[in-house]
Amino acid sequence: MSEEQIKHVIFKILRRIAPESDPSRLAPDENIRRALDIDSFDALNFFIHLHEELGVNIPESDYGQLNTLSEMLDYLSVHIG
Amino acid sequence: MPGLGADMVTGALVEWKVKPGDRVKRGDIIAVVDTDKAAIEIEVFEDGIVEDLRVQPGQTVPVGTVMAIIRTEAVPFAAEIAAAKEEKVLVEGTRKIMEIEAPPLAEVVIPSRQPLAGRAGRIKASPYARRLAAEHSIDLGALRGTGPQGEIYASDVESAVSAAGQESSKEAGGAPTEEPVPLVTKEKLPPTSPIAGKPAATDYQAAIRRAIAAAMARSNREIPHYYLQTRIDMSRTLHWLESENLKRSIKERILLAVPLIKAVALALGEVPELNGYWIDDRHQVQESINIGFAISLRQGGLITPAILGPDLMSVDELMEALKDLITRTRAGRLRSSEMTEATITVTSLGDFGVETVYGVIYPPQVALVGFGKVMEQPWAENGLLGARPVVTATLAGDHRATDGRRGAQFLDALNRRLQEPSKL
Repeated sequence: MSEEQIKHVIFKILRRIAPESDPSRLAPDENIRRALDIDSFDALNFFIHLHEELGVNIPESDYGQLNTLSEMLDYLSVHIG
Repeated sequence: MPGLGADMVTGALVEWKVKPGDRVKRGDIIAVVDTDKAAIEIEVFEDGIVEDLRVQPGQTVPVGTVMAIIRTEAVPFAAEIAAAKEEKVLVEGTRKIMEIEAPPLAEVVIPSRQPLAGRAGRIKASPYARRLAAEHSIDLGALRGTGPQGEIYASDVESAVSAAGQESSKEAGGAPTEEPVPLVTKEKLPPTSPIAGKPAATDYQAAIRRAIAAAMARSNREIPHYYLQTRIDMSRTLHWLESENLKRSIKERILLAVPLIKAVALALGEVPELNGYWIDDRHQVQESINIGFAISLRQGGLITPAILGPDLMSVDELMEALKDLITRTRAGRLRSSEMTEATITVTSLGDFGVETVYGVIYPPQVALVGFGKVMEQPWAENGLLGARPVVTATLAGDHRATDGRRGAQFLDALNRRLQEPSKL
């Protein structure tokens, strides 16, 4: 899966969780939770959707490595597949 | 129209889920009502048969308005046939729906719990209500009280006064249409009040702010708050949570809010005085524990629907209940019992790094528990200094209902519960 495709999936999930936001305007190193006002419940839903869409099972202990778009793309490109 | 919160004055019927002749069971959802804050599914509180629907979808009515008549099963069928007594049976055998048992809120309306005949005698009204009624020339006999046995409270008179005010302002607003006003003059007129005439929900954001404003202003005006706080070592709870979540798929993972809510519920079992209401100058401790959990809305504002009986749930059941509640809150699909039955409120502001929460109690509740962010902090124990994940728990208590000592006992119990997470 290309980086663009992963990004597309991430944006789709973020739009579902924060419908009023435009995730495509996120800067690569912006803290997503802060930028889109995502609480721990929304965050859990994000990871549930990510699992459904990409089949990637992210352990709780890795949440800390997934704060920004660029961190997510790095992490997911390694863990998908 | 049930009062679905300390701040609700009117509600708009969105739809009926039943029709006359339908048989209903206690707990069935019979209607959807739009309040300033959200669309709420209204549950029925008695078994019976729907006899009459008196409010049309789209209609906005004040809290206390009879919306439907439900004939309860208690009416012996034979009595129904006794034609001569038909009218009497109807009065005695019907209960107005939306009677909310053990009403948690002063404003929760019990439309004349006694049959109409009972109103013929002396009118029950609080002294302040009588004075207000006299000042505004309101006929107490024409009012429907929201207190026990239909007692009229000052708030009932106030709503009658404001209803009358809206009526007259509507009339005033309607008058000019008969005498055409030059356009120029019209434009110079101040805009008509958004409250009069228009349903409050047109500006949802403003409505939700007004609702919060009313409840919080009342809280600060009436409730003498006291605050206590304690730092709680969270290493055991976090360790337990981590190992529990390792065993679970992503979908079944538990959020930190779950052990916090459960610990509050169990600590309330030890200090029940904080679980209940202050109504009619009296502390009314409640037996069932229903925790109002503050849920923020993306558009701004918050709602604190109740998780009913978390003390009796396993952590997995509680997580399911919490997920369901948050999802429905944000989708605007709450049930009436969830809006009215909270006996205490829990608010967790830890997601964004707040250390301490000083809560404002949601009347008529008598306590609010706040949690900040779990932060790694220096922690001394047995003469050794180390770093531990620590949360600051606060209690806002109503000093009319309890004293600091009870509050301190509660925070101590809460701390103990969080040191034994496997027993949660």
